[in-house]
Amino acid sequence: MQNPWRNAAHLIRPALVFVAGLLVFLLLRQAVVPASFGQYGHYRGAALVEIRNAPAHFAGEAVCAACHPGEAATKAKGKHRTVHCEACHGAAASHAEDPEKHKPARVEIGKLCVRCHEEDAAKPAWFKQVRSREHSGGASCEACHQPHSPQM
Amino acid sequence: METHVTRRAVLTQGLKLLVLGTAVEGQAGAPKVAPEAGSGYNPRDHLWAMSIDIDRCIGCGNCVRACEVENNVPEGYFRTWVERYEIRGADYEHPHVTSPDGGKNGFAPSADRTLKQFFVPKLCNHCLDSPCVQVCPVGATFDSPDGVVLVDSSYCLGCRYCVQACPYGCRYIHPERQTVDKCSLCYHRITKGLTTACCEACPTQARSLADLKNEADPIHEFLRKNKVQVLKPHMATRSKVYYKDLDGAVR
Repeated sequence: MQNPWRNAAHLIRPALVFVAGLLVFLLLRQAVVPASFGQYGHYRGAALVEIRNAPAHFAGEAVCAACHPGEAATKAKGKHRTVHCEACHGAAASHAEDPEKHKPARVEIGKLCVRCHEEDAAKPAWFKQVRSREHSGGASCEACHQPHSPQM
Repeated sequence: METHVTRRAVLTQGLKLLVLGTAVEGQAGAPKVAPEAGSGYNPRDHLWAMSIDIDRCIGCGNCVRACEVENNVPEGYFRTWVERYEIRGADYEHPHVTSPDGGKNGFAPSADRTLKQFFVPKLCNHCLDSPCVQVCPVGATFDSPDGVVLVDSSYCLGCRYCVQACPYGCRYIHPERQTVDKCSLCYHRITKGLTTACCEACPTQARSLADLKNEADPIHEFLRKNKVQVLKPHMATRSKVYYKDLDGAVR
């Protein structure tokens, strides 16, 4: 009986080339595709952690109130109770971390109050607005209003 | 002048690039895989969204400035911005829309009470069926398990497909990195229990961060009790930025 494998060489050789090619592909793929790719979906799962680890610049109302309870209490009773500290004082996470080294910039009262409260037909009617020039005659807002509790 | 490109040259260069790329990726990729454990935050427990009350927005630009500080947004580019709409009579098809410097420094006051005027804050809509995610050829833009559309800037090619795909114009190419950038819904903040920078800075609570998977979140009452609309609903993007009292003129 004849050996059925006597002409198999022409099959084995291309099979070996195919397997070698597949190996090279798998090795390259292993090296090129990031480890966490596909962890959650068609993207690098580690990117979630990297994005999450970015530092925050705004500390948040609770952090401010922890060290400044007096101001927080005054504000909570006044008309500006919905306005968070950093809405006027600016981002203060660095100040919260090192209060001596990083001081929040002084608030520019003239610019700040007007930005919200200058009369504008596009602003909703419920919002308190004034024509600053007629309203104060050039006097600083602070002369009459306390920003933490802006009653007269 | 004609240059000759031989097959041999292409193959040789290609192989060199491949080997080089593999080596660089191997070096850079290894330490980047930070462990998931220990943060105490499970993305599958949340589905982030935002609600916007048009009638509370006063166009002060606090959100735009806060976003710029929080996310180091380059000058002249915006992750969030505020538009002022002016509509005369019934001509709601041709609203006059302005957004000087993204509304960052507020708007010049208008005294014209014969017009309908209002402000519309805009940001990435963090769509559930995001066109931008669908077109990204490499998986650099993706939907996180907690419903935030994010950009992996270390993986982005800067091909700009997503910039064109976004129906809301929320994406830009970062002028220095040359990769795409957009609102991340302050992912670095909301995953630590803080609210977004724009919500933190908004003096009238026109914007509120919302977690749709949290049953106690006021978003559910907001959606139930108000006339709510998303931007460009006909685009079927399943946007998750819900506007209260949105005028039909808003694009």
